[in-house]
Amino acid sequence: MLSMQNLSKIYRTETVETHALRDFSLEVAEGEFVAVTGPSGSGKSTFLNIAGLLEEASRGRYELDGRDVSQLDDRARSRLRNEKIGFIFQSFNLIPELDVFDNVDVPLRYRGFGAKERSERIARVLDVVGLGSRRKHLPAQLSGGQQQRVAIARALAGEPRFLLADEPTGNLDSQMAGSVMDLLAEINAKGTTIIMVTHEPALASRADRNIHVRDGQIVEDQAPLGLAAAAGG
Amino acid sequence: MLRYYLKLGVLSIRQNPVLSSLMTLAIAIGIGACMTIVTVHYVMSGDPIPQKSSQLHYVQLDSWDPNSPANEPNDPPDQVTYLDATALLAAGEARRQAVMYRSSWVIQPEGDDARPFEADARSTSRDFFAMFDVPFLYGGPWDRLADDNAEPVVVLGRELNEQLFGGENPVGRQLRMNGELWRVTGVIDDWMPVPKFYDVTTGAFNDVEALFLPFTTTIAREVYNSGNTNCWKPVPEGGWEAFVNSECVWMQFWVELEDRAARDAYMAFLDGYVESQKALGRFPRPLNNRLRNVNEHLAYQEVVDDSVNIMLVLAVLFLVVCLLNTVGLLLAKVTRRSGDIGLRRALGASRRAVFTQYIIEAGLIGLSGGVLGVLLTWCGLQGIRVLYRGLDFIDKLARMDWVMVGAAVALAIVSALAAAFYPTWRACAIQPASQLKTL
Repeated sequence: MLSMQNLSKIYRTETVETHALRDFSLEVAEGEFVAVTGPSGSGKSTFLNIAGLLEEASRGRYELDGRDVSQLDDRARSRLRNEKIGFIFQSFNLIPELDVFDNVDVPLRYRGFGAKERSERIARVLDVVGLGSRRKHLPAQLSGGQQQRVAIARALAGEPRFLLADEPTGNLDSQMAGSVMDLLAEINAKGTTIIMVTHEPALASRADRNIHVRDGQIVEDQAPLGLAAAAGG
Repeated sequence: MLRYYLKLGVLSIRQNPVLSSLMTLAIAIGIGACMTIVTVHYVMSGDPIPQKSSQLHYVQLDSWDPNSPANEPNDPPDQVTYLDATALLAAGEARRQAVMYRSSWVIQPEGDDARPFEADARSTSRDFFAMFDVPFLYGGPWDRLADDNAEPVVVLGRELNEQLFGGENPVGRQLRMNGELWRVTGVIDDWMPVPKFYDVTTGAFNDVEALFLPFTTTIAREVYNSGNTNCWKPVPEGGWEAFVNSECVWMQFWVELEDRAARDAYMAFLDGYVESQKALGRFPRPLNNRLRNVNEHLAYQEVVDDSVNIMLVLAVLFLVVCLLNTVGLLLAKVTRRSGDIGLRRALGASRRAVFTQYIIEAGLIGLSGGVLGVLLTWCGLQGIRVLYRGLDFIDKLARMDWVMVGAAVALAIVSALAAAFYPTWRACAIQPASQLKTL
């Protein structure tokens, strides 16, 4: 499903060379829920950006759904991103001047769906996240938790096979964070592969698999204790 | 997607009203200043008779002083002598030919209270009307016999007909001028070639004359011209006869030549005519005739003044300055919205899609700048009218037509797109990941 082999990412300025990822290799199977943890500056976000085709690796091989993405041009990368990947950001990243319906509509527009199909998909995902009645609300008229639900709806509308979440509960209180995590678990249970970057061990423990990153390398790759015990026992 | 991009453009403009207004204003001021001058230039340099301008030719014969040219560096005089004009007319070598000069007349309207007034007339031959596609409201030109027999007939301008006959059909009615009765054969409809190409010696932007008369008739009545007369040697004593037989130039002569071959043939005819006159002791200078079509003639006469050309360059430079300001404002706007670009790219928009979205938004700003620019152009032209209100032709120059309105809006849109190109391209070239960090 997702295969990274010896990926490196180097940021260069005139005087400094920063290795954000070093020989980073990872395989993620379809339907997995993977949590990526690590200290700030460890390379988590760089990994997520490369996985989401938002930037390119300096070296190494990256295959998404069996396709080598390193040679793709911008148009093909954009299409792949639009069709196969959904993003959830820490600060929701909704477009403030668009209402809920139009925010969810954005990726569908780029997908080229007709008005009827877009409308049906939007209604469906808004029902999934429990915001069917808020379609005409602007983001500013919603709570943080609701905004993140809209962002999740937007990520799900195109029915991607991958959901990449960058600290999805970082801006939410514990109650709302719990509800968003429940929603992600529900989505994962329906077969969507999720990779979530988080700082919080409690949230990471809800994933099938924990990866710990430090200095641009994976230093730990294991199932959480509870899940490992369940698998072993 | 176009409607979607238009909707996003409108939303974005509403979201950033100050920046959007500044950009619109920068474009509008540039367009307003530029189009004000461009409009004046356009009217001044326009082709006054596009359907025939390549066929109509102005004749210049070098009958001038052997010791110095009529016009530097070596051009013949701007007009021809009566002797040559009548000889060329009689030869009838062109498809059509018209001799002409401007004269001034005193018109005595009917009625005890009506006061006599002066009016400009063009004395010409009947081909004038067909050559220059003059439209008629009533009747038509006088006939050939009237030319041949120097009959007192007249073609009125529409305005004079309104004044004298209340706008009714006056054909067959009579009009008293310089104490003599003249029969009306026709009334021309609105006709205002700009520039007044057929006689730029009396002002390229002056009004068309109020009436038209057979030149044979006015010559027979010894009516002098009210335009320019230039002589390279003193006019001999002897009054009218001496004047018309002198080497003074005071008449204009036009011919209609259907193609290049006809033009070459007529030029050969002119050269032959001058050679025959040399044998009679005239035309002391080397053979140096000119046959210019309408646009060549207007360019040669420098109808568009150099100062207008300089103003045009300055106006274009001003537009460029305004556009550079717009580029700066757009750079600021696009930079401020780099997060939006990154987000849209993350959600699947290609560089091309985002580029198109932002270019369309710039086009909308250009459109609003263009509409405002047209308004400012109109204000600018009104300003020119006020500034030069003493000049009777200024109304003709300082006016916009739909072509110029369209051109102003199109120029504004193209300018906005040009201004948006670099900032948008730059923003779209950045990796979405780094743009997302700005959110």
